[in-house]
Amino acid sequence: MEKLYGKQLAIMASKARLLGLDAVHTASSGHIGGSLSIIDALTTLYFNVMNIDPEKPQDPDRDRFVLSKGHCTPALYPVLSLRGYFPQEDLKLFRSIKGHYSGHAEMRHVRGVDMSTGSLGQGLSTAVGMALAGKVGKKDYRVYAAMGDGEIAEGQIWEAAMSAAKYGLDNLCAMVDVNGLQIDGATKDVMPSEPLDEKFRAFNWNVIVVDGHDYDALVAAFEEAKTVKGKPTVLILKTTKGKGVSFMENNYGWHGKAPNDEQYEQAKTEVEAYLAELEGK
Amino acid sequence: MAGKIATRAAYGEALVELAEKYPELVVFDADLANATMTKGFAAKYPERFFDMGIAECNMTGVAAGMAACGYKPFTNTFAIFASGRAWEQVRNSIAYPQLNVKVVGSHGGLSVGEDGATHQGNEDFALMRAIPNMKVVCPCDGHEMKLAVEALLNYEGPAYLRLGRAAVETVTDEIEGYQFELDKAATLADGKDVTVIATGMCVQLALKARAMMETEGISVRVIDMHTIKPLDGEAVKKAALETGCIVTSEEHNIIGGLGGAVAEYLSENCPTPLVRHGVNDEFGRSGTAAAVLEHYGITAEVLCEKIREALTKKK
Repeated sequence: MEKLYGKQLAIMASKARLLGLDAVHTASSGHIGGSLSIIDALTTLYFNVMNIDPEKPQDPDRDRFVLSKGHCTPALYPVLSLRGYFPQEDLKLFRSIKGHYSGHAEMRHVRGVDMSTGSLGQGLSTAVGMALAGKVGKKDYRVYAAMGDGEIAEGQIWEAAMSAAKYGLDNLCAMVDVNGLQIDGATKDVMPSEPLDEKFRAFNWNVIVVDGHDYDALVAAFEEAKTVKGKPTVLILKTTKGKGVSFMENNYGWHGKAPNDEQYEQAKTEVEAYLAELEGK
Repeated sequence: MAGKIATRAAYGEALVELAEKYPELVVFDADLANATMTKGFAAKYPERFFDMGIAECNMTGVAAGMAACGYKPFTNTFAIFASGRAWEQVRNSIAYPQLNVKVVGSHGGLSVGEDGATHQGNEDFALMRAIPNMKVVCPCDGHEMKLAVEALLNYEGPAYLRLGRAAVETVTDEIEGYQFELDKAATLADGKDVTVIATGMCVQLALKARAMMETEGISVRVIDMHTIKPLDGEAVKKAALETGCIVTSEEHNIIGGLGGAVAEYLSENCPTPLVRHGVNDEFGRSGTAAAVLEHYGITAEVLCEKIREALTKKK
C-alpha cells in the first residue's frame, strides 16, 4: 500500500470517524470521546507509519500496536477495518453478543489487534515486552502504544516507563493522548498529570510534543522517533476529546456515552460535510 | 529417600539445565533472584534474564508482551506477590489472551517462616484457580519439580507454578511406577481405608502419616495432586469409591485451594466424607518455618488426627 499523507490521511480519518460513530450508535454503547481524540494518530500509524500487511497479521517481523487505552475500540476497529483486516460491515457487531468485536480491544478474535487491553495501565508493559522481544531476537520491527492522560495515573505505567528506559528500548514509541478529560471531569481536577513532558524526560525517555490532529506533524514526529537511539520515545499528543463533532468536543460527558438517533444524525452530517469538503465535492 | 532439596532450588537448576534445549525460554525476576533461585540462570544466560526491579505488575505485563512474540517467559517472585499483587495483570494480560507465560510463585505457604504473615502466600491456589485458562501446579519434591518445569515448557498456555522455600525429602524418584504427567494425579502409595490427597510439601507429610497410621492398622492411600487445576477428577472419584473417605492436605488456606477443589468435585460427582487439612482461614505469623508449620498444624501428627476424623465420618 502507498503511504498516505496530509489530506489523504484526513479523508481516511473522517471515514474512520463515521464508522466509529456508527458502531457506537448501533451498539448504543461505547467510548466515543477518547476515540475521536486518538483516531488521527491511529490513522497516521496504520496508513503511513507502521510496517504491516493485513494479509499477514501474525508476521513475526511486523510492527505492533498496543491500545493501552483499550476502551477506544471505536477508533481502532474502524482503522483496522479500513486498512483491510476485516470487512466494514463487521463493525455492526461491535459490542454485540452476536459477534466477537468486544468493547475493549481483543487479540484472539479481532483480526489485526496485537494485544488484548482494557484494564487501564497494563498496555504499556506489554508493549515493553514486545519491544524487548525485538531486541532479544535482533528484529527490526517497532512497537507503538497509546495511553490516555487519565490512564497514566495508574502506577504500572511508570513501572513500565522505568523498564523501557533500563533496556534502552529505542524500538518503542508510546503516545499519551492528552485530551485533558476523563470520566469524572478534567484530568487536572481528577488527578493532575502535568508536566508530562518533564515526567517522561525524568524517566529517561525522549519526548516529542505534537498536535495530535496535525497529520504532517504526526508523521514527522513518528519519523523523528525512529532516529532516536538508546532510549524510548513518547509523543505527547495535544488533542481535543470528541474531535470532529462540535457538540462532543471538550465535553467529558461524551467519554462513554452513545449518541441517540438525533445526535447521531447531527454528528454524521458534520463529519460527512467535512469529508465532502476534503474530497472537493 | 534420596536426600533433601527445596523445590525452588530444583527449579533453579531446571532452568539452567533446560535453557539450551528451549531457546525461547526467558526468565524474569523482581529483585528476588537469590531467593527464587533464578540467579543461576541469570549468571549463565544474562541475555535471556531480566530483573524488572520491585515491580511485579509490570514484570507480569512485560512477560505477556514477550509471549505474544513467541517467547516462553517464566516470571518469578514470591507466591504472595505473583498471585496477589499482580493478580489482575495475570488475569487480563496473560490468561484472557491465553498467552504462554508461566507465573512462578516461590516461597508458597507458611514455610516462609520468619518474614511472617505479609510474605506467607496461603491464598495463591485460590487466586490463580479462579482465573479461566489458568493451570495451577505445585510439585512435591525436587525430582517432580524438574519434570514439571519441562512439562510446562512444552505446554502452550498460561500456568501458575508454586515453589517451596524449605528443603524437602525427595520421594518421587524412588516410587515404582511413578510417572509425571500434567493434569494427572500420581498415586504414590495404595491403601484401602482412607485417601490423603496432598500437594507440595504435604505429600511428604502424607507419606509420614501413612506410616504412622499403619501402626494403628489403618491403610492410607496417598495421592500426589501436583496439578490442582485442572483437577484430576477421575483419581478423586476412584479414591472416594474405593476408600470411602478423603482427607486433603495443603500448605494453603483450606478455602479455595486443593481442599476447595476436591470438595467441589466430590459434592457434585460422588458425595463422600471429606476433611480438609491446611491453614484454617487465618493469617500466618513469624517464627522458624518448622515452628510456624507446627503452630498452624501442618504436621504429620495433625494430619493423622484429620485422618481419624475422616474415618469416623465413614458410614
